[in-house]
Amino acid sequence: MSKSINYLLRRLGFYAIAAWAALTLNFFIPRMMPGDPAAIIFARFRGKLKPEAMNALRETFGLTDEPLLGQYFTYLKNLLTGNLGISIAYFPQPVTDIISTALLWTIFLAGISLIISFSIGTLLGTLAAWKRGSKLDSILPPALAFFGAFPYFWLAMVALFVFGFGLGWFPLRHAYGEHVTPGLNFPFIIDAIYHAILPASTMILVSLGGWMLSMRNTMITTLGADYITFAHAKGLPSRMIMLKFAARNAILPNFTGFGMAIGFVLSGALLTEIIFSYPGQGYLLLEAVRAQDFPLMQGLFMTITLAVLGANWLVDIAILFLDPRTRR
Amino acid sequence: MSTRLNDSILIRWLRGILTNKKALAGSFLVLSFIFIAFVGPFFTYDPNAFLDTPLSPPTFTHWFGTTGQGQDVLAQTISGARQTLLIGFCTGFFVVVIGALIGGISGYYGGRVDDILSMVINVFLVMPGLPLMVILASWLPPGPLTLMGVLVLTGWAWNARVIRSQMMALRGRDFVSAAIVSGERNIRIIVIEIMPRMLSLLASSFIGASIYAISAQVGLEFLGLGDVSTVTWGTNLYWASNDLALLTGSWWTFVPTGLSIAFVSFGLTMINFGIDEVTNPRLISERNWRKLLPKGKMNDGITPVVINHD
Repeated sequence: MSKSINYLLRRLGFYAIAAWAALTLNFFIPRMMPGDPAAIIFARFRGKLKPEAMNALRETFGLTDEPLLGQYFTYLKNLLTGNLGISIAYFPQPVTDIISTALLWTIFLAGISLIISFSIGTLLGTLAAWKRGSKLDSILPPALAFFGAFPYFWLAMVALFVFGFGLGWFPLRHAYGEHVTPGLNFPFIIDAIYHAILPASTMILVSLGGWMLSMRNTMITTLGADYITFAHAKGLPSRMIMLKFAARNAILPNFTGFGMAIGFVLSGALLTEIIFSYPGQGYLLLEAVRAQDFPLMQGLFMTITLAVLGANWLVDIAILFLDPRTRR
Repeated sequence: MSTRLNDSILIRWLRGILTNKKALAGSFLVLSFIFIAFVGPFFTYDPNAFLDTPLSPPTFTHWFGTTGQGQDVLAQTISGARQTLLIGFCTGFFVVVIGALIGGISGYYGGRVDDILSMVINVFLVMPGLPLMVILASWLPPGPLTLMGVLVLTGWAWNARVIRSQMMALRGRDFVSAAIVSGERNIRIIVIEIMPRMLSLLASSFIGASIYAISAQVGLEFLGLGDVSTVTWGTNLYWASNDLALLTGSWWTFVPTGLSIAFVSFGLTMINFGIDEVTNPRLISERNWRKLLPKGKMNDGITPVVINHD
């Protein structure tokens, strides 16, 4: 038991280092750029910003006359107290306020698609490896690889065009309709799910092939192990060998891959959100880019990074339950 | 002796890839796009010129219709291929070089060097790519060099990790010990002795990295972070969505570009499948088995044993 806690703490230590690296990058990128970051920002917004907005901006970046190290510590202190500065596009709203509701929508949409796509993909990969050479094994991987070749957001555009504009089956934008009140009520939840179906399915379609293929490949390696031959020789039922002996072991590398892929899938999800005008982090990212809202951009990078690290830690906990070797 | 062995392996792979259906079809797709990107722009309209009524559907004069700025979509799709593919393959190359260098050093030296380098690799792996790219690209002046730099910085870690583990596997082989004993320098051992033996891994890493670079680049440009005055596949999609292609129902402004991206990526993926089938010992013996067995017998979890040819 103490071993597992040790393992989780070690991982937590790693994520702390990763988070610190991200924070530090976030701090130094504007300062490493050619020229003075303050001058760049002020030049871009000359005449467009009110003086108080300028001051807020200066404060956000800690672009004061303090020495660099002092600025760095002020920046870290601000972050720890949840102060991400004030947005330019949505002046004078604090970045933290803008991001917090958007974060929930992104976690909802990206999380659900990720889990569905991982489960279906892993199951299909298991079946494909088990029945090698079957129709499922020979037709599905290339077909899914073809869908995986499309950019996430392009497939979203086509889906929106065909099923939204053309056939009118699904809503065109936003996460819920105007006729429902947000909260824990039944019509709202149904409406939110209805709005999520189209964006989620495009993301699932693009990412499914990757899960299926990696599960198939590890499963094939697992099937070559002696204990599988032994299980066959013992006359155990096929289904039991497939699920309890082979898939149970083959899923571990896939799970590790799951942790790695979260960041990647999230990037695709952000672009998909833009197409569907889904009020998540991706939509904010576009707004931030359009308005050159640096505090918002950096705040988004921070929260997305922390969300990904948190999700990775959850994956670590899941692996702890699945893989007895980590407990020993 | 050693070079002759390498040659024969190389020739065996080359022959394998040429006879592999997936790899052949993939290469054909990718090469034809490269050819069109190279030659095509000489035969099309000027992609930047205002030619006809904006957003007119495909006709005989404009096969793929016109954009919201009245430009020819076919010309834009063909010219867009140039910069997109160039940046994609260049980024792929640099990603593999950097990944091989860092992953190779990390796997070869082991110990504390490995501890530090693999920590760096892992940190870059868990950091979400797109937001980081957006921050970097928004501070730097827009242009192809910025794009490439940003893509390399966010993309090298995956390759470094894969190459590191392969390096660790090869590090313990006898030929490495022999090279060390004969007094070769470490960097020479890594580059001259070991790297050629993971050629297939490097090749598939290059292809994987190019796929990543093409899709990430298109995504960034779609957000408006590229140079929007140049014609690339990413900026084509940026303008399509800026000109409200969806609301006006002008599907022809984004379908050709998206299909081109998908065909190139799919072709590259197929080449990678082919390389894997030719060089992965387990897949080779699987194929040999399948030839021996009557049709339909290859199921129920029986996996062929790997015959080690080394």
